[in-house]
Amino acid sequence: MSILPYLVLSALLFTVGTIGVIVKKNIIAIFLCIELMLNGANLSFVAFSSYLNQVHGQVFVFFVMVVAAAEAAVGLAITIAIYRNRNTLSVDDADIMKW
Amino acid sequence: MDFLWLVPALPLLGSAINGLLGKRLPKPVISLVACGSVGVSFLVAAGLVLSLIQRAPEERHVVQTLFTWIAAGDFVATAEFLLDPLSAVMILVVTGVGFLIHVYSIGYMHAEDGYYRFFSYLNLFMFSMLVLVLASNFLLMFVGWEGVGLCSYLLIGYYFDRKSAGDAGKKAFIVNRIGDVGFILGILLIFATFGSMEFDGVFRQISQRFPAETGLGILTGIALLLFVGATGKSAQIPLYVWLPDAMEGPTPVSALIHAATMVTAGVYMVVRCSPIYSRAPFALEVVAIVGTLTAFMAATIGLVQTDIKRVLAYSTVSQLGYMFAAAGVGAYSAGIFHLMTHAFFKALLFLGAGSVIHAMGGEQNLLKMGGLRKHTPITFLTMVVAALAISGIPPLAGFFSKDEILWSAWAHGHPAIWGVGLVTAGLTAFYMFRLVFLTFSGEERMDEHTRRHLHESPASMTVPLVILAVLSVMGGWVGLPAWMGVNRFAAFLEPSLRFTALSEHEPASHALEAGLAVLSVAVAAFGIGAAYNLYVVRRESAQALARRFAGLHALLSHKYYVDEIYDALFVNPAVTGSREVLWKGLDVGIIDGSVNGVGRTIQGSADLLKHLQNGLVRSYASWILAGTIAALFYIYSLIRR
Repeated sequence: MSILPYLVLSALLFTVGTIGVIVKKNIIAIFLCIELMLNGANLSFVAFSSYLNQVHGQVFVFFVMVVAAAEAAVGLAITIAIYRNRNTLSVDDADIMKW
Repeated sequence: MDFLWLVPALPLLGSAINGLLGKRLPKPVISLVACGSVGVSFLVAAGLVLSLIQRAPEERHVVQTLFTWIAAGDFVATAEFLLDPLSAVMILVVTGVGFLIHVYSIGYMHAEDGYYRFFSYLNLFMFSMLVLVLASNFLLMFVGWEGVGLCSYLLIGYYFDRKSAGDAGKKAFIVNRIGDVGFILGILLIFATFGSMEFDGVFRQISQRFPAETGLGILTGIALLLFVGATGKSAQIPLYVWLPDAMEGPTPVSALIHAATMVTAGVYMVVRCSPIYSRAPFALEVVAIVGTLTAFMAATIGLVQTDIKRVLAYSTVSQLGYMFAAAGVGAYSAGIFHLMTHAFFKALLFLGAGSVIHAMGGEQNLLKMGGLRKHTPITFLTMVVAALAISGIPPLAGFFSKDEILWSAWAHGHPAIWGVGLVTAGLTAFYMFRLVFLTFSGEERMDEHTRRHLHESPASMTVPLVILAVLSVMGGWVGLPAWMGVNRFAAFLEPSLRFTALSEHEPASHALEAGLAVLSVAVAAFGIGAAYNLYVVRRESAQALARRFAGLHALLSHKYYVDEIYDALFVNPAVTGSREVLWKGLDVGIIDGSVNGVGRTIQGSADLLKHLQNGLVRSYASWILAGTIAALFYIYSLIRR
């Protein structure tokens, strides 16, 4: 079976996620887009793992999942802290760290 | 002979003690350290010279190697001291006269601030001068040469709160540097030609490679370059202008550095290098002419100066000219002989002038003195002795040495130099006794306050005067001219001149020599008589004479406008060029401009780039994306290839 459809889907997911990260203003939406990017990459990992008959790719997927979970915990905590302080979820309003 | 190194080392030790601890030491201790170190140095030197004399003449050449100073490949410079008759005469004069002047300074400087500083510099000078005369190679000699220049600068500027003293110090330093450029170029040329800087090695090579009187280009070049250095240090035309200004320093300094020792370093150097000079007839001719011209010109300027120390300064320049004239006609030992006797009587004249200035409460203008004979009898008597000595009245020291020079000029076939020298001798006698008469005789022209203050100087000042007066009388007897017997001084120096190509001249008759001596004494007596006539018998006639030759008088009292000419030709262009081109153009425009330009460029580009950091997370993400894509494209292009 060809690996191509998997890779195309993986690339699509990653690209959609990337564009979302850049164009979205809502922090939650950005988070979801980041998850899309991660899972796009994960799809590539498992596809190659199956294609090459190696277990490495699947192991890496677990690592990515763990990191994604940790990142979600920290990121959501920051999001709540920002919302409490500034009463907004837009990243463009959190821009005081500049020249 | 193992103690040779002590001779310069003791003054260095004294200088270090006074320089480092002097601030906390009481004045008697400072005086003891300063004078004691020089005094012991003199005793050591005297002992060494005595043991040198006891050797056979051809063995009077002692080298003491202290350590290897520089070793770089083929080039090796050792710190070596050389004791031969020439350096023996020099160390005796330097330490002997130096010791007397140190003692004198105790009295003269007793009320000055920075007493310890003065003695520290003075001792440092003694060290440098002794290194200069004891060095056995050109490089070490150059160390001493620069050392005495430094001490001269420090001591001329001793009264650093006076602008004139600071300016005089700078002038001396800069003019000496001009000469030193020539000197060091000469040394380098010697090394390039002979591959050595040792006196002995170089001179031996010269005497073997070049026959006498060849006048080879390279030797002439070396000799002329070295002579440039000598004109700077020994105040000869065209670099003599610093010496009269150097009188801003304390009087003992003028006596020690600017009359008796340092300024004679050039003469010593020329005589030391006589193996080179004697084979470069053109250079010798230059030395003789420059010396004679300087002697005459300085003497004429000295005729009309009114500052007692400036008269003596021009007299020093003039007498140094005599010494160079002697070396120039090939009479090296006569030059050193005059150097020695001049050290005695000129130091005496300066110290006497210092005693007069001390009595006058700092006044140096001859026109405001007069009648000091009654108040300062010892100073008066010793000054008269010195004036007679410098005028060349027998049997005082100056007669023998000056006559030796004049006779040598005549005998070596330079009648023109002899003639100018004879006229200069008359001028010397005139201005010297003008000084004596204006200072010590006639009515007292100072104000009432100064008159009541007049007093003879303390014993620490008068005793050195008396000793120097004795030396000025008897110092010449070691070198009686040939017509009176054997010239022992010349015979003593002979081993030092063993590589010199001494020109053979026909032995002239003793009667002629004696006749010329009588003539020069008559000229000197005429000079003294003229001074007596003008400044004692008919005071008004001096002014009448000045009015009658107003143009000449103005020319002389403005020192031939040489300072003004130098200012217009060299100093002002240098100052204006430095300010307008180097400072305002080069420094402000290019150097400051480039530094500020770098700053402004960074600031400007930062002003543009800072907008990248706008705090917007999404723009950062976009940049990361763009960067990643660019990196991927780059890697892709690498893989494709």
